[in-house]
Amino acid sequence: MSAVPVQAYLALALILFCIGLYGALTKRNTVMVLISIELMLNAVNINLVAFSKYGIMPSITGQIFALFTITVAAAEAAVGLAILIALYRNKKSVNIDEMDAMKH
Amino acid sequence: MTFSGEFLAFMSLALVAVIGGVLLLNLTRVVHMVVALVFTFVSIAGIYVLLSAEFLAAVQILIYSGSITIIMLFGVMLTRHNDTSEPKTGRLRKLLLFLGVLGFAFAVYIGIYNLDLPSAPNDLHVNNTEQIGIELYSKFIIPFEVTSVLLLVALVGSIVLAKRDDDKEAEKE
Repeated sequence: MSAVPVQAYLALALILFCIGLYGALTKRNTVMVLISIELMLNAVNINLVAFSKYGIMPSITGQIFALFTITVAAAEAAVGLAILIALYRNKKSVNIDEMDAMKH
Repeated sequence: MTFSGEFLAFMSLALVAVIGGVLLLNLTRVVHMVVALVFTFVSIAGIYVLLSAEFLAAVQILIYSGSITIIMLFGVMLTRHNDTSEPKTGRLRKLLLFLGVLGFAFAVYIGIYNLDLPSAPNDLHVNNTEQIGIELYSKFIIPFEVTSVLLLVALVGSIVLAKRDDDKEAEKE
């Protein structure tokens, strides 16, 4: 048995996920909301990698899946910021509670 | 539980990650928040090394603490109106959200508290990158290629979205 149990990794991922969730729900700046979403995705990646080592059937597949998640997260961040810049050009604001119309 | 080197490394990395996350919530200037985020990402890369995923740790540092934070900084700089994010949301709403997130954390913690998985021997740490490459090009070749299409679509889409619409701008002026 290893020195660090799998519960410790899962608990760390849970704490980071909750921080990201709270930030995504309370922050007003849209950039901060995107950053909090990235933090949540990172917590999920920790879970994937932890189960790829300490799961019932340890295999490399968990790490591959984490790689795909990182790729999709990067694409999501790029598109999210592009949408944010387009919205900022129209409304001159980055506060998420003022973006409540489907057309400008 | 013995205080081995692995345990100490895990505890310090986890501490830095959680402190970075808490600072991310509590700092007021957006640029300081991004610096706190870099601390969290780098310590998550250290956690990956502990979990014998060295290639993933390198990818984490390259993509997250490299490009995503830079992209977020670009977002902050391009949309600067006032740098500090004022806490204007209601106190009651924040309290309710905090309680909800706390309840969620408690519910999940009950699930993982007594988790006991049988530990099986693994050889993830020998030639980690080679294993990932072999698996990626044999078993996951179609998702790999689809990922390249996804990245291309995201690239073209973000350029089209963020491009200044010259005709419309000229019309407005």
